Amino acid sequence: MSALLTVEDLRITFPTRQGPSEVVRGVSFTLGRERLGIVGESGSGKSQTGRALLGLTPPPGTATAKRLEFDGIDLRSASPKQWRALRGGRMSMVMQDPKFSLNPVMTIGRQIMEALAFHGRSSRAEKKARAMAMLEAVQIRDPERVFRAYPHELSGGMGQRAMIAMMLVTEPDLLIADEPTSALDVTVQIEVLRILDALVTDRGMGLIFISHDLRLVASFCDRVLVMYAGRVVEELKASELDRAQHPYTQGLMNCLPKIDNDTRPLPTMTRDASWAL
Amino acid sequence: MTATLSRREWLLSEQPASRRQARLGQGYRTWLALRANPLAMIGLAIVLTLVVVALLANVIAPYDPIVGGDLRTERLLPPSGTHLMGTDEQARDIFSRLVHGSRITLMVVALVAVIATPIGLLVGTTAGYFGGWVDTVLMRITDIFLAFPRLILALAFVAALGPGIENAIIAIAITSWPPYARLARAETLTIRDTDYINAIRLQGARPVRIIWGHVVPLCLSSVIIRVTLDMAGIILTAAGLGFLGLGAQPPQPEWGAMIAGGRRFIIDQWWVVTMPGLAIFVVSLGFNFLGDGLRDVLDPKARK
Repeated sequence: MSALLTVEDLRITFPTRQGPSEVVRGVSFTLGRERLGIVGESGSGKSQTGRALLGLTPPPGTATAKRLEFDGIDLRSASPKQWRALRGGRMSMVMQDPKFSLNPVMTIGRQIMEALAFHGRSSRAEKKARAMAMLEAVQIRDPERVFRAYPHELSGGMGQRAMIAMMLVTEPDLLIADEPTSALDVTVQIEVLRILDALVTDRGMGLIFISHDLRLVASFCDRVLVMYAGRVVEELKASELDRAQHPYTQGLMNCLPKIDNDTRPLPTMTRDASWAL
Repeated sequence: MTATLSRREWLLSEQPASRRQARLGQGYRTWLALRANPLAMIGLAIVLTLVVVALLANVIAPYDPIVGGDLRTERLLPPSGTHLMGTDEQARDIFSRLVHGSRITLMVVALVAVIATPIGLLVGTTAGYFGGWVDTVLMRITDIFLAFPRLILALAFVAALGPGIENAIIAIAITSWPPYARLARAETLTIRDTDYINAIRLQGARPVRIIWGHVVPLCLSSVIIRVTLDMAGIILTAAGLGFLGLGAQPPQPEWGAMIAGGRRFIIDQWWVVTMPGLAIFVVSLGFNFLGDGLRDVLDPKARK
């Protein structure tokens, strides 16, 4: 399996009044055309890792790495022009909440077509046809209506599907999904995940799935990275999750309620200061 | 069902059947809110009258605004049936000159709005979007413009460009963009870090495209309201420049220049100065009323 993305010793630092604070401390992994899950609690640096891969570390934060390569392109020294070609065209990102990630004053159709306008020239009719096909691919029942709708006219699940359509319409090689289902109902979650899964498998994309839901990630991904306090504490195959070595991962597993095993009260996590070292 | 509904009920329906109906209904509601404000309606009436008068100036004005009557018998006549507002020192009918002057006033307002708004939007959104040194440089330039009283700065520009109505328009436009830039920058700062701007950025959009396609449309509404509120100020500045002899040049019937021409006769022939003065007063009042009313109706943030 050739590596699509290679990350070595990624560090993200934010300056604070108490001096620089490192939120991601030496994360390394490689990704082929597979589904990689990144799991961790709030503040463990999983979202910042995803953003840094796209060069979107919010200022004043800075991201440094020993190696950061996407398909042979060194992302650390990429020019703004190279970045624009990569973002959207070859890698894109589905964000958490469709309410905030779609422009409220533009129709869905225009936003999808705009993504196409950045990458390669095609006629308006052609763009519209591709946008409609994409909306159908994310299983929107009435694409004609959604195409002309504004974001506030859609439900959360529809909005997230429109967002996925917008990010996949350019057929990228790598998709980073940053908690794509956290803002949705459980029933809608499964549906959106199924769509995402089908699209990723059909098109042979690499996927980085960032979530705090260990069980979701385990059922959906091939490989799982468990992050804690800015570090990868464990990397294992999704099928071997029950053989986790690190106490944090074990703790996460134990926290999940089980139907056939009525443990009351649910065990809580006892944290060890040495994990964060 | 539809046939039994009156047009008003159709417009105010809580369950619009089509997007067009919803949009028309929204517009109708805005109109109703505006209509409930008597001052705004007075302002609207004044502005509409101004527009109609300017359009039909040739029909309304009974005399030629530039070439006067007999200089021996028709100079400085008081208001009467034949000359509604009297005549000036060149034996020209003041009413006709006022009517034709409305065209100049309207042109000044429109052109200044068309020139200054894009400049202000461009400077403000660019500064707000990029931040850092771009922001510092652009906003300090804006501060320099804001540091001078508007009329004084416009005077300096006209003095440099040479007197004339076109140069006066350019000078007023140059001096009126800074408040719009400030406003647009403030709006941009709240917009630029939102997720949908990030989303469009990670689709590979250029900054120019993000600013024009995504940031500007969101800033536009508040800037437009600010521009309508400023129109009275623009009229006053233009009249001030005309009065000082740096705006419209004689024999153009510009209201400020008319006041300047008549001020020698202010004691004995009061109407020569009073009539154009009243016109300036009424029109700027009209724009102010209308602007205030529109802000109350259109700006959701100002609503109580």
